[in-house]
Amino acid sequence: MLALLSRDLRLAVRAGGGFGLSLAFFLILTVLVPFGVGPDPARLQAIAPGILWVGALLASLLSLDRMFQLDWEDGTLDALATAPVPMEGVVAMKAAAHWLTTGLPLTLAAPVLGVLLNLSGPGRGWLALSLLVGTPALSLIGAFGAGLTVGLKRGGLILSLLVLPLYVPTLIFGAEAARRGAEGLAAGPVLLLAGAITLACLAALPYAAAAAIRVNLR
Amino acid sequence: MSIWEYANPKKFMETSGRILPWAAALSALTLVPGLVWGFFLTPDADRFGSTVKIIYIHVPSAFVAINAWAMMLVASLIWLIRRHHVSALAARAAAPVGMVMTLIALFTGAIWGEPMWGTWWAWDPRLTSFLILFLFYLGYIALWAAIENPDAAADLTSVLCLVGSVFAFLSRYAVYFWAQGLHQGASLSVDRAQHVADVYAWPLWLSIAGFVLLFLTLVLVRTRTEIRARRLSALVARERME
Repeated sequence: MLALLSRDLRLAVRAGGGFGLSLAFFLILTVLVPFGVGPDPARLQAIAPGILWVGALLASLLSLDRMFQLDWEDGTLDALATAPVPMEGVVAMKAAAHWLTTGLPLTLAAPVLGVLLNLSGPGRGWLALSLLVGTPALSLIGAFGAGLTVGLKRGGLILSLLVLPLYVPTLIFGAEAARRGAEGLAAGPVLLLAGAITLACLAALPYAAAAAIRVNLR
Repeated sequence: MSIWEYANPKKFMETSGRILPWAAALSALTLVPGLVWGFFLTPDADRFGSTVKIIYIHVPSAFVAINAWAMMLVASLIWLIRRHHVSALAARAAAPVGMVMTLIALFTGAIWGEPMWGTWWAWDPRLTSFLILFLFYLGYIALWAAIENPDAAADLTSVLCLVGSVFAFLSRYAVYFWAQGLHQGASLSVDRAQHVADVYAWPLWLSIAGFVLLFLTLVLVRTRTEIRARRLSALVARERME
């Protein structure tokens, strides 16, 4: 399983594609927001946690359709299905690789981009913390969506239609924790709820995604 | 004699063919008097004026919209566990009906909200969770339409329905949490059913029964259509083989 993880990581970094792209997308989105809503610092500060959360969510969506698609096309997925590692483990490793190449960089970049949107110091810390807790859920939900749509020719559009509604609870709790942290309210309980969703996704979604992939490989 | 006999498409077609006229007639017999009674024979409410009468479409459609998803969940489970094709086709047949009911509930709510709340739309928990439910219907129908192999489509949409149900439920409570975090309580949402006087309640029950029967009728018609379409494609495939 670790070999699989390192293989996916090396592929992501060396073969290009999702790794830098989602970060660049995140940056551009953050730069575009002030053009849309005006440069008023107070307004930017008020919407910064929500904008950065939505931006991170969309950025992590970008590379989802590549999660299983390439392996499915060249037959690696069939080989993995017959490997001693259960498909659930493969899915978990794929999600972990996706998180390490998108969720983690986005988490690290978010406080820096928070400066652009006039986010306060503690607000940046809470934003990074909430993203750290919430983004693994995004990767896991994304793995489920990618598993459902892996056999489709134009799976990307359907994938976003399926996955975005599933992101709602994570987004609500994550952005709420970041917002409360930025405004100096108690953010701890909300952060725990976001963590609960991540853990529940970790416990349940690999099974659902593996079931979907098995159907698609049939 | 067990309920699983109806999993046989032939048996299902026979029985549903016999039920269908009755279901259609009964839904007309409850829907028309219920709506006429509600629209024309109830007094205007003190605070709401005549706008109160939209309740006779709004509440039943919302009721059906939620329960249609619950029905799809049960049908998906039956397909995944016992692999009865009729069940998967019934889930597929119910989805567009449920989606239209969600839309009706959202639109009638907006029409009611404009004069009463002064706004067509508010990010109130109930409204928001219904909008999310609509998105789930959209994704479910899109996935059915996108996959060519019917068995794979049934499997994948069933898995989506299960996971989606959990997340729809989560979203519902998350949205309550979120709206309280932003506003001072849900001041806009009135728990309507509990405040309805008897004059309004009886026609309301009648229209709810009518909507449920209408849903049953439409799902039966659509399931029968799906079964016939499946038989047709099987026939075409067989002719190509020969």
